[in-house]
Amino acid sequence: MKKLINQHPGKPARWLLGLLPFLLIAMIYTGASNARLAENPNDKLLPAFSSFVAAIDRLAFTPSKRSGEYLFWADTASSLKRLAMGVGISAAIGLVFGIPNGIVPYARANLSPLVVAVSLIPPMAILPVLFIVFGLGELSKVVLIVIGITPFLIRDIQQRTLEIPAEQLIKAQTLGANTWQIVLRVVLPQVMPRLLSAVRLSLGSAWLFLIAAEAIAATDGLGYRIFLVRRYLSMDVILPYVLWITLLAFFLDFALRKLSLWAFPWFHTDERGSDA
Amino acid sequence: MSFIHINHVTKRYGKQVVLENLDCRVEQGEFITIVGASGCGKTTFLNMLLGTESPSQGSILLEGEPLADEPNEDRGIVFQRYSVFPHMTAIQNVMLSRELEQSRFLGRLVGARKQRVRDEAAAMLESVGLDQALHKYPHQLSGGMQQRLALAQSLIKKPRILLLDEPFGALDPGIRSDMHQLVLALRQEQQLTVFMITHDISEGFFLGTRLWVFDKERIDPHAPEAYGAKITYDIPVGVVDRSTLESIHTNLQ
Repeated sequence: MKKLINQHPGKPARWLLGLLPFLLIAMIYTGASNARLAENPNDKLLPAFSSFVAAIDRLAFTPSKRSGEYLFWADTASSLKRLAMGVGISAAIGLVFGIPNGIVPYARANLSPLVVAVSLIPPMAILPVLFIVFGLGELSKVVLIVIGITPFLIRDIQQRTLEIPAEQLIKAQTLGANTWQIVLRVVLPQVMPRLLSAVRLSLGSAWLFLIAAEAIAATDGLGYRIFLVRRYLSMDVILPYVLWITLLAFFLDFALRKLSLWAFPWFHTDERGSDA
Repeated sequence: MSFIHINHVTKRYGKQVVLENLDCRVEQGEFITIVGASGCGKTTFLNMLLGTESPSQGSILLEGEPLADEPNEDRGIVFQRYSVFPHMTAIQNVMLSRELEQSRFLGRLVGARKQRVRDEAAAMLESVGLDQALHKYPHQLSGGMQQRLALAQSLIKKPRILLLDEPFGALDPGIRSDMHQLVLALRQEQQLTVFMITHDISEGFFLGTRLWVFDKERIDPHAPEAYGAKITYDIPVGVVDRSTLESIHTNLQ
């Protein structure tokens, strides 16, 4: 008998083992839900799966009586739009500040302390400030995401830039490169896959800030809907929405990973890239 | 006037003297191999030639002008590792210097100019024996092939001085002797002035036209940092007798 740390499950066993906890949770939920519904058919806390189907059908496949929209898809579209804008702007700022901070000593001396200070501000604490300054429109939600994740991205990109071996920068100079050309041809291409993995890491926080902002002030969006129906204890809507957000997060992460593998094959073959 | 004049160069870090009053002249086309014990300042010397460090006293003159105190196109370099760009294929690595000089803003060429540079790079890669690996990334190449690529990348720029910092130190003996042949052939062809650091004294004699040994002449046991290394032997290769070789060998132990 091999030691436990040397025993590896085969592929089917791995799938089965991975699925097991999910099945278990579904079973426990069904059991608990049935028990509660047997006692009180109007119970709202643990709705049956049929209620979920009905709720999804009502929100996703029936036009809303008031606006004629399909609320589920409209919510998804506005949330994803805010998320994409927030993350996209943050990534751009991350590059524009992170690379100079990493490669130009004067920029680092000038900006690094500010970035560290800003990154220590709890973004949720300044949410009221954002609402006051930027109003309750789209802008303040996007800005919350940007403020929440940009300091992390800048610091990560700065660190990745600093990690580029000095030999490469010297080599580029002996090949006649000036600072701008080094940024363009040596640093930026090598930082891009690292930016993608940093964005993947920051997506979790980005969702957090998005939903928080939508919960407080919005007229649509996934976070808005969840907090709206909370007043009616509509677990039949909340739980599918949460599941859907989880799925979206998973697919975004998956897509970014595939994009990185496809666009930067050289990055994913050495040991540094294998965990990304 | 000599091609390179190392003019009374001393390098200190704080109180520690690393190199002490080096003074010598090098002519164009010489191949200087540098040996010496670890920590005797070989790499510091190479870094001063490269421009990443500057002398504490004295100066290094290239054709009468002081060397720029940052790396530039005058000097090419091949390090032991990390000499090529991991995100570029072999041919992109070699094309880079031409693209940088012809496109100052974007550092990239398109169309016919790109094609011309590509042809030149392909010829260069062929001369170092990498014509089968034009479109491979460095990680797909063996250590020896990566160093060939690094050489090709530097040589296409035709540097006035080529610096080699233990370029073959990490290679297998068989590959290493292939690389020796390649370096000798390229040197003949391009009439390069080369400085090469090596740990392997036989490699030093085989490749160089002149061998330098860096060592401390004086050591004060109470202040080991007080005296720096000098060039203790400056041997034109080919005119050396057995006893000198042996005394160098004992010194390096």
